[in-house]
Amino acid sequence: MELPRDPYGDLVRSGPGAAAARRLGLPVPARLRRYAPGQELLTGPALVLRVGAAPLAADVAAWLAAAGARVLDDLDAAGGERLGAVVVDASAARRVPDLARLRELLAPAFRCTAHGGRVLVLGAVPAEAGVPGAGPDGEPGEGFGEGFGDVEGRSVQQALDGLVRTLGKEARGGTTVNLLRVAAGAGAALRSPLEFLLSARAAFVSGQPLLVGPAPAPPPARGRRVVVVTGAARGIGAAIAEVAARDGAHVVCADVAAAGEQLARVANRVRGSALPLDVTAEGAPRALAEHLRRRFGGADAVVHNAGVTRDRSFVNLDESAWDTVLGVNLAAPLRLTAELLRTDGALAPGARFVCLSSINGLAGAKGQANYAASKAGLVGLVQALAEPLARRGMAANAVAPGFIETPMTAAMPPLPREVGRRASSLQQGGLPVDVAEVVAWLASPGAAGVDGQVLRVDGQHLTGA
Amino acid sequence: MTAAPPPSRAARAVRPVAVVAGNRTPFAKAGGRYAQASAKDLLVAAVDGLVARTGLAGERLGEVVAGAVLKHSRDLNLTREAVLSTALDPATPAYDVSRACATGLETAVLLAGKIALGQVEAGIAGGADSASDAPVAVDEGLRRVLLALNRARTPGARLKALAGLRPGQVVPEFPRNAEARTGLSMGEHAARTAAHWGVSRQAQDELALASHRNLAAAYERGFFDDLLTPYLGLRRDALLRPDTTAEKLAALEPVFGRDLEVPATMTAGNSTPLTDGAAAVLLSTDEWAAERGLDVLAHLVDAQTAAVDHVHRGEGLLTAPVHAVPVLLRRNGLTLDDLDLVEVHEAFASTVLATLAAWEDEEFCRERLGLDGPLGTVDRARLNVAGSSLATGHPFAATGARILATTAKLLAERGGGRALISICAAGGQGIVALVEA
Ligand SMILES: NC(=O)c1ccc[n+]([C@@H]2O[C@H](COP(=O)([O-])OP(=O)(O)OC[C@H]3O[C@@H](n4cnc5c(N)ncnc54)[C@H](O)[C@@H]3O)[C@@H](O)[C@H]2O)c1
Repeated sequence: MELPRDPYGDLVRSGPGAAAARRLGLPVPARLRRYAPGQELLTGPALVLRVGAAPLAADVAAWLAAAGARVLDDLDAAGGERLGAVVVDASAARRVPDLARLRELLAPAFRCTAHGGRVLVLGAVPAEAGVPGAGPDGEPGEGFGEGFGDVEGRSVQQALDGLVRTLGKEARGGTTVNLLRVAAGAGAALRSPLEFLLSARAAFVSGQPLLVGPAPAPPPARGRRVVVVTGAARGIGAAIAEVAARDGAHVVCADVAAAGEQLARVANRVRGSALPLDVTAEGAPRALAEHLRRRFGGADAVVHNAGVTRDRSFVNLDESAWDTVLGVNLAAPLRLTAELLRTDGALAPGARFVCLSSINGLAGAKGQANYAASKAGLVGLVQALAEPLARRGMAANAVAPGFIETPMTAAMPPLPREVGRRASSLQQGGLPVDVAEVVAWLASPGAAGVDGQVLRVDGQHLTGA
Repeated sequence: MTAAPPPSRAARAVRPVAVVAGNRTPFAKAGGRYAQASAKDLLVAAVDGLVARTGLAGERLGEVVAGAVLKHSRDLNLTREAVLSTALDPATPAYDVSRACATGLETAVLLAGKIALGQVEAGIAGGADSASDAPVAVDEGLRRVLLALNRARTPGARLKALAGLRPGQVVPEFPRNAEARTGLSMGEHAARTAAHWGVSRQAQDELALASHRNLAAAYERGFFDDLLTPYLGLRRDALLRPDTTAEKLAALEPVFGRDLEVPATMTAGNSTPLTDGAAAVLLSTDEWAAERGLDVLAHLVDAQTAAVDHVHRGEGLLTAPVHAVPVLLRRNGLTLDDLDLVEVHEAFASTVLATLAAWEDEEFCRERLGLDGPLGTVDRARLNVAGSSLATGHPFAATGARILATTAKLLAERGGGRALISICAAGGQGIVALVEA
């Protein structure tokens, strides 16, 4: 795919442009390290830090070592080598002094991260931390009487959120900082999210919290995974198809019949199949459900990616612009999902849904009342599905991309486009593949412990951050 | 995978041949949207769309059989070269076939034979034609000069060869839609047949109108969504006129048969123009399709060809199917009434009408077809129900595969039934086939 160019980024990253940018204090976006098969997980050793009891640290160290990383538990052991990752187990932190300990351990290490390094803080789920005695030390919360729970414990865990978001903004050189909230009993379900967030696959995810809980029992193994991607003919959908296929899936590439030429090209490139499907068509849910049941004996993942915009200020939005956007972006995923869940055999055991929301849905955006409403609606969709699906061993999550370099954003006027690009901690637009990596991971069995979550893929964009 | 032991020769039965899927490019008028596309480009597009829809990228098929009527000498190996440009495994064998306008259906019949006999499990049949990119030949004299020049080894010999050049030779010969032996264009032949059967202008225009209406309606209900892949920005057949009317058609000047005794009836509206496009169908055994979770649309049950003597006996050039159909029906113990759908290729509206008239004519059926009486009447409600060549256009070698795929899907859609396909071709030939679901 022809990607829009980023002349500013190219200029300030090289030669005289770089020197000038430094003198003028202009933002110099780092070149992000992106995934390539066979690549090392990290670019340097992994430092595992323990705050208090740190019940997850031992497993984390073992998993990282198994993934080929050199694992250190002391910054001095790095011998001056830049750190590929810093993982802080703060899941047992419940008291304000625990945060001081965290600062004491993390600050010197934060300075030593390599280009494209990773900082990952492991926390508890704040609501769980508020239960008295839930912490590993088993002590009740202090100060508040009966019926209040561990107010301090919950406060401390929530404090991690502000800390991580700030570190994301202070990090340099393409380093990302995220918070993984580990629910009680998550156990081995933590492994895949941990590795994913540390890997180059999560290059454009920063300043974000993500919750991982216990995984349902894994479904019996089938053949090649089948992943459906709507709106797969171009842009982010095509990138999702490519990444899912790279990871071994047969991708059912769905798009409107009118996009058939591009769709066929994508489907053949990923050795998947092309399915002409207007997601808003009356018969679309039935057609998709029957196709998946008869052709594949069920889909392992469904990605609701098809989306449209019809931008106008709210008062100027007419019925058609409203209905089109709500129809494609929200009503269609609702109808398709309902029909797939109702049809025996349309979904494989352990099936996973991923919706493409948007940061503009989380924060609102001028001129996008229809779009923002639809994209926020998808957040409600995955939240509503989370529990009922978990009971069936399934899951639904959403990603909220920020500024992504696609033909859509290439068509923006130059100034807003440049502002949109730079207004994030990583100071650049993401690539379709950045979103695709996150979606493909959420669609994979590795993400089994992740359900009902909304993960931003926006380089920590300032919009609603 | 462990290979099953080969069955003994005697145990190899004739196997049913499934029509699994079809795909074509939208068709364009010559010199239109596909003016820069070659027949090979078009064939690649049709096959790639089919491969994508059926998820066959990287698969090795038993055979790809296709052809083009207007063929460049560089396209000697057109189909094989096309396969190498598709998403199929490059180790997929392929060959070219040519039977004029019958090419597209002939390829399917040949492939079906291989499948039925157990030589192939699955393959693609089809055809492509670019009237825009038609080969242009040089004058025969110039050709000889050029060949001599190529053989010449010395400057002197080259000069001598060039001395054979004559001014008139440099005018190139464009391919004409004319019969080699009569010099008459196909339209003129058809006009003579129309006059013979007394086919009226009004009846021809009505048939053309029905073709456009039926095709437009099929597009409207999404019938072609999984039979067609847009190409070079074209999403529907460029010749389709959903809003044409009887009045508009009636206003057109006749273009063929103007030198006949009777009034000329054939216009640009009830004749097919030169067209660019390609079509392909996927045929396989039932088992091969089931293994891939692909639904079978219908089965290609039987086929028959025929030829007439338009040179010496004055038979209608495009009337060979009139002779082939009774043979096919008799072999299968059927009559016209047993058919749920009838697809008669609309080379010209008059061709279709003359064919129907011949089957209704007692004397003709007794004397020329050797029947006891009229073959029968084709129920118009079952004829070309999703439109045909008058509305889609007619890229010669692609038409057969277009009709086969459309027919198979129509049968699948109605939950079963039996259909007849009839295609006339240049050289006084024709091919007809029986499809069942
Ligand atoms: N590009 C960004 O910066 C960005 C940011 C946030 C969210 N998103 C979301 O990501 C998704 C993909 O965005 P993109 O930039 O790749 O968009 P895009 O416009 O390039 O591609 C969208 C695809 O969806 C298809 N589509 C539209 N309506 C459809 C329908 N009714 N049925 C089936 N397919 C249909 C289109 O044909 C197209 O191929 C969208 O949901 C979008 O809202 C994009």
